Amino acid sequence: MTAHSPIPKVKTFVAVWATLIVLTGATSAISYVELGDWNVVVALAIAVIKASLVVWVFMGVRYTTTLTRLFVVAGLVWLSIMMLITFSDYRTRNWTYQAQPWSHTKGVGGTSSPSR
Amino acid sequence: MAETVVHVDHQDASVEATHLRHHFASAQQQMDASTLGMWTFLVTEVLFFGGMFAGYAVYRAMYPAAFASTSRFMNIVLGGTNTAVLICSSLTMALAVRAAQLSKRKALIVLLIVTMIFGLVFLYIKWVEWHAHWEEHMVPGFDFQYPVPQFAHTAQILFFLYFMMTGMHALHMIVGVGLLTYLLVQATRRVFNENYFAPVEMIGLYWHFVDIVWIFLFPLLYLIGQQHS
Repeated sequence: MTAHSPIPKVKTFVAVWATLIVLTGATSAISYVELGDWNVVVALAIAVIKASLVVWVFMGVRYTTTLTRLFVVAGLVWLSIMMLITFSDYRTRNWTYQAQPWSHTKGVGGTSSPSR
Repeated sequence: MAETVVHVDHQDASVEATHLRHHFASAQQQMDASTLGMWTFLVTEVLFFGGMFAGYAVYRAMYPAAFASTSRFMNIVLGGTNTAVLICSSLTMALAVRAAQLSKRKALIVLLIVTMIFGLVFLYIKWVEWHAHWEEHMVPGFDFQYPVPQFAHTAQILFFLYFMMTGMHALHMIVGVGLLTYLLVQATRRVFNENYFAPVEMIGLYWHFVDIVWIFLFPLLYLIGQQHS
């Protein structure tokens, strides 16, 4: 017997698989409901839940070392830095020059930008 | 104390079977190092795909209406089916790793083959979708024609991102099927057992990662403006 991490039960894997399938159906069904800006929020929230299940159970992060977990989290931190800096650029480009919000299109963009 | 541990491990008769390299103190340490290395690679992959997702997010924020108008040209049934196919392939991959850990060679071989079949089914369905887009002149740069005149230019950006992102994803799938072929050959040669299954587990991590990319691509490319169509 080697000191390997515990081997998960088949039942656990099947339960995660079933949850993932149900969530896929849910996100498809919800996409037909008009929720305005919340459509993308719900879709991404479900995707994050699905991805977390895959990472935690299928990829075995729940059995891995603290160091490996730290690396996984570091990846997400760097991803959010990339997203944050990209958007802090695009969302503030017009702030100093123009009185109107940066986007002329309806919906995302206009409402949350400070009006000058 | 550390000396003793090292000594004991090198005395272990299963050193040959675990493929233990001399620079590792124990099979467990070697396994931990492989896992850490694989995750480091996967983090670079997260940032590689992350760049495309950032580009997608920027242009979707700029042209929300144009992006939403593309949904009716996406085949949600095929896209949803492919999502389910990949989730099933992740299940069989996870079970394949488990079979390797338990030295169940026949189960490992069957599960690897099933995982490969799911991967190939995904690629075939993706091909059918791409072909339909080609027929409908939805490929940017190749006589792109968009039925919604006011978005004729801006919708092209979504289709460029669509082909780039699903294309890079499919490329990763093809590499994944190749890696599974390698595992299958090794499994038939009785390389893997309860003491040595690192390659199965590491390629499993890669396979699940590619599944996760699709978990995000499906809602972002297929379900954007579904509620309007």
